[in-house]
Amino acid sequence: MAALEEEFTLSGVPLGTGPDGLLGVEQCDKTDQFLITDSGRTVILYKVSDQKPLGSWSVKQGQVITCPAVCNFQTGEYIVVHDSKVLRLWTNEDVNLDKVFKATLSAEVYRILSIPGTEPLVLFKEGAVRGLEALLAEPQQKIETVISDEEVIKWTKFFMVFRHPALIFITEKHGNYFAYVQKFNSSVVSKYTLLLGQEEKSVIQSFTASLCRKFISLMSLSSDGCIYESLIPIHPSDPENNQLQRVVRSLLLKTVVSGNARNALSVLDQDHVAVLGPPLPASKECLSIWNTKFQTLQISKELPQGTSGQLWYYGEHLFMLHGKILTVIPYKCEMSSLAGALGKLKHGQDPGTQTMPHFVNWEASQGLGSQNSEPSKRILRRRKIEASVQPEVPASQQLLSTIKKDSEKHIEIELRKFLAIKRTPDFHTVIGDIVIGLLGRCKTEPSFYPRNSLMQLVQMHVLSYSLCPGLMEVALEKTDVEMLQLCLQQFPDIPEAVTCACLKMFLSDAVQEEKMEEQTGILQNGFNPEEDNCDNCDKELSEKPQNTIEETTSCPVIPKRAALLNAVLHSAYSETFLLPHLKDIPAQHITLFLQYLYFLYLKCSESATMTLPGIHPPTLNQIMDWICLLLDANFTVVVMIPEAKSLLLSLYKFVKSQICICSELNKIEVSFRELQKLNQEKNNRELYSIEVLELF
Amino acid sequence: MGEFKVHRVRFFNYVPSGIRCVAYNNQSNRLAVSRTDGTVEIYNLSANYFQEKFFPGHESRATEALCWAKGQRLFSAGLNGEIIEYDLQALNIKYSMDAFGGPIWSMAASPSGSQLLVGCEDGSVKLFQINPDKIQFERNFDRQKSRILSLSWHPSGTHIAAGSIDCISVFDVKSGSAIHKMHVDRQYMGVSKRKCIIWGVAFLSDGTVISVDSAGKVQFWDSATGTLVKTHLVANADVQSIAVSDQEDSFVVGTAEGTVFHFQLVSVTSNSSEKQWVRTKPFQHHTHDVRTVAHSPTALISGGTDTHLVIRPLMEKVEVKNYDAALRKITFPHRRLISCSKKRQLLLFQFSHHLDLWRLGSTVATGGKTSGKFLVPGKHGDTLPLSKDADHLLHLKTKVSKMPAFLRSAVQILFSEDSTKLFVASNQGSLHIFRLLEGSFKHLHTFQAQSGTVESMCLLAVSPDGNWLAASGTSAGVHVYNVKRLKLHCTVPAYNFPVTALAIAPKTNNLVIAHSDQQIFEYSIPDKQYTEWSRTIQKQGFHYLWLQRDTPITHISFHPKRPMHILLHDAYMFCIIDKSLPLPNDKTLLYNPLPPTNESDVIRRRTAHAFKISKRYKPLLFMDLLDERTLVAVERPLDDIIAQLPPPIKKKKFGT
Repeated sequence: MAALEEEFTLSGVPLGTGPDGLLGVEQCDKTDQFLITDSGRTVILYKVSDQKPLGSWSVKQGQVITCPAVCNFQTGEYIVVHDSKVLRLWTNEDVNLDKVFKATLSAEVYRILSIPGTEPLVLFKEGAVRGLEALLAEPQQKIETVISDEEVIKWTKFFMVFRHPALIFITEKHGNYFAYVQKFNSSVVSKYTLLLGQEEKSVIQSFTASLCRKFISLMSLSSDGCIYESLIPIHPSDPENNQLQRVVRSLLLKTVVSGNARNALSVLDQDHVAVLGPPLPASKECLSIWNTKFQTLQISKELPQGTSGQLWYYGEHLFMLHGKILTVIPYKCEMSSLAGALGKLKHGQDPGTQTMPHFVNWEASQGLGSQNSEPSKRILRRRKIEASVQPEVPASQQLLSTIKKDSEKHIEIELRKFLAIKRTPDFHTVIGDIVIGLLGRCKTEPSFYPRNSLMQLVQMHVLSYSLCPGLMEVALEKTDVEMLQLCLQQFPDIPEAVTCACLKMFLSDAVQEEKMEEQTGILQNGFNPEEDNCDNCDKELSEKPQNTIEETTSCPVIPKRAALLNAVLHSAYSETFLLPHLKDIPAQHITLFLQYLYFLYLKCSESATMTLPGIHPPTLNQIMDWICLLLDANFTVVVMIPEAKSLLLSLYKFVKSQICICSELNKIEVSFRELQKLNQEKNNRELYSIEVLELF
Repeated sequence: MGEFKVHRVRFFNYVPSGIRCVAYNNQSNRLAVSRTDGTVEIYNLSANYFQEKFFPGHESRATEALCWAKGQRLFSAGLNGEIIEYDLQALNIKYSMDAFGGPIWSMAASPSGSQLLVGCEDGSVKLFQINPDKIQFERNFDRQKSRILSLSWHPSGTHIAAGSIDCISVFDVKSGSAIHKMHVDRQYMGVSKRKCIIWGVAFLSDGTVISVDSAGKVQFWDSATGTLVKTHLVANADVQSIAVSDQEDSFVVGTAEGTVFHFQLVSVTSNSSEKQWVRTKPFQHHTHDVRTVAHSPTALISGGTDTHLVIRPLMEKVEVKNYDAALRKITFPHRRLISCSKKRQLLLFQFSHHLDLWRLGSTVATGGKTSGKFLVPGKHGDTLPLSKDADHLLHLKTKVSKMPAFLRSAVQILFSEDSTKLFVASNQGSLHIFRLLEGSFKHLHTFQAQSGTVESMCLLAVSPDGNWLAASGTSAGVHVYNVKRLKLHCTVPAYNFPVTALAIAPKTNNLVIAHSDQQIFEYSIPDKQYTEWSRTIQKQGFHYLWLQRDTPITHISFHPKRPMHILLHDAYMFCIIDKSLPLPNDKTLLYNPLPPTNESDVIRRRTAHAFKISKRYKPLLFMDLLDERTLVAVERPLDDIIAQLPPPIKKKKFGT
């Protein structure tokens, strides 16, 4: 999960920020050190982890820095350009920028670009590019003009492509954008036109780019608030043909910020981008991290004092001006793993039931994902291709289209047909897609709820929560407790929040009322084992002599609710994630659940094996864990309720007696050991004997 | 097959010393083990974990540290303040050198093997240069406040970490000055202990220092900044030892509660390059303190006060899941500690610092049935009434040396059958023969070691007629000498695995050799070749269960009346091989504990095979034939050993 950590500011030296913010933030050859150039006369070297400046250099009054200072990673020198044409080189030891090496160039510099592992490049405003060494050897050399009149460089970036440096810069002319890619092993410049598509009027506000195999993935943030992606080939198809090539922009994320403000964009990694800008026209500016693969907002941070609309990203730090202060926000994106998310595994398994695949085969799903489960943009693009080629439609596709329009009854029949077909390796993902299809229709048509079909699919034993998120939510909405119970039994990866929501519903009155109405329905839908289990409990109880303690004589909940609660007890969870949700359950319900757990505990302790009768009963450990969890979460509430008093007292008595037993056992442990020793000595024959041995 | 009267002896009051250090040598796959009495043992892990070499200890030498350096050189250091180098060929102490820093608590050889570092009581860390013949003091590092209990080199050899009391110091080897001092929290579960002793440190190549201490913590430190990175609380008692694998992807710690924890460097999430140390497996093979651990590429090795050496193979590193992948627990030495006088019915027990002499008791066989020619006093499993109990005759503690100077130390001694000659294997690889006279002796001859070898002979066997003497070292083959003519008769071809027991059969003069891989060879000395039976069994191969036994055969003897029988035993079984019977194949039942039921003779004859095994006596330290129908078996039950150990740390059994 992507996460933004606590921000901190870099202060110490006041920054002379102009209306356009800073000139630049650049990496240094030492990790954790950054060169910050303000729009006036000053360059400051910061050590970010210490939040303090290591050095500061200014040009003379009257001179203006026109290009952010960079570090030459090969020599460790710093380079800056002032007054567009004057190049300065200095090191950490130098104090005064006036006295350091100076070279006056013959053309105006747009930017100096430097990345580790190669020599810095100088990009001139006319589009020509020179290596720094070559330029310093002959500063007054003639600089050719590459771009046309009125074309202005908007943005540039420098990459290493398979150990060869490559430069991209974007120019604008009358609302048209052009991309130039220059590679330095072949020194060929390729020019591309960015086609804007329908959004003719929009202005591109920010660019960012990353390498993506053989392409430069150029992302741009337009004034309509959308992020577009263009793929520019690094190796042009035919370098000889130097004609203008066109690059299409495709929509990557829709309306992430409101336009008409100064927004900025920076790509963080393969799947994440950072966007700076107000999410709504009226709102304050925000820094948001978006996942482009799943098109989800990962995290967002409000920046109430406004920004300059500039954003830099290096290593793990995002830099921006917040108000007048340079702010650093550490960013981290940890790969999330399924195993980490699972928490406690489900306890045991019925020998009878088919084993569930706890781990989804992602390899298989990837192949399929390209067809139908990828984010919307790709679907749209692929669909068009498919429409033209159209291979034979797989059965699952047919079923999906059936789901879109046909009646519940018809879907059920089609589904049965589909399930009868032989299973393919990607069976579970197909089932997941079908469920998602059904749920999608549920959402659009409130009256549509294909309960039987869903039940049937869940009982295929191949689904998991992550394959069909939303199923349990819909079931919760419809108070379909049977469905929930089935899901609790089948899914290995239910989030704690959902488990808790189920628990809440099971404890609420909804269950009580339904009981009368749906008695017959219950028996059809896989309730039987749990039901039997509790019937057994009751039967056993009735056979018991009357002198047992009062609490044990009756189960505090009806068998149906007991069965539902047992399903919750069996589900997997992590304590840390469950506890906060347990706090939301009303106090009476907590008491009821505690009573039921206590009842189960007493039943457990009655048998010598400390287990409950029935086919798939909750274990003693599960019961104890839940009692502890409930008390941990709600103790202050429970202790205030008069009805819970007797329950708490009996729990207290029970704990006390357990402590007593343990301490007594510890006391007599020594005696036990002595007995054991005696026993051993008896077995141990004397030190010397004469015996008869026969070998066979 | 026969019935025997067995003298079952359990009064051999042998308690192995606790293990203090283990040091694993990756080059030769050997393990050096030192015990609290100063004994040092060398185990060959490639040869079925055989204890192939042994250096007896001394009261004045308590080893605290053991390490290999320069490939195959072994050093130890101890509380007497001396550094000792062992001569692994001649099996004696090459030299000892005082470090002049008081008792030595720790020692570590540099990654290149050319330097040796010792940590002393006075807080000094001393660097020695290892020269080909000796070690030479080079210099002292900055002196610390208290004793240096643990040392570890950075794999590059530029820095070292030293664990002391309450703090860990990082030294720069070049300058010898402490560049960081990391203070360890004394707090233990909220309670402030008096001191926190750093029992072990390990320096990883990325600069991480791992420490284990008396508060039960395993801590990770960044040596560049001197800061604590991570703490694992693993025990309620001391964590006493640590060992890191060569790849630095796993390490092992041992605690005073007898638990060994395995830590592994695993990816935080699948496919991510970020890795984290995770406590993966706990092992509880010990009852007492685990004083020392080692990490071989495929196994975790641990030893401690409970005297067991435990070798736990890591299943993920073992390629073939065969019997080698099984857990090994070595408790008893792989050599004979007992010898027996058959005629006088005396037993001599060897302890580390003294000898005990016992006389066996007797029984009057009363009644019983007659079977064949002999009167059998009872049936299988019966205990006979004692008419006379066993007597403790002597306790020999002082050594009076009347021996000439060249005989001051011996690796092995042996008397001839008629007690007229004494054979001595000295530690220079030579063999001496003495004639024993009333109250004095005469040196007859010395067989010099084969040219170029100085390897000591550890096993001797003489033929009952006194004509042949067989001697074996640890690696070269078995040499057979003609005692009459005083010359080398022949050499049995060398075999890959060391010899564990040797004996020469009466009359036939066949030499029977047992090897650590459980193979047995029979070699005819007069014919200078393997016997027909030996060739047959090599061709057919031994039964798989025979080859899977995990203790070596330590004694071989013969039946005076039945030349076809060979008697041998290891720690868990006693076996008579009847060469006249067919050999068992893998389908036949090797060991049949039950007496045959009333089967017809035909079936009995068909199922009978050459190996007659009894597992009645275990752990069996010695078994020999006193006369035709009487055996003596010396057992040492583990419970008796445990009863003599100090009590382990008490753990609450009920409640938490």
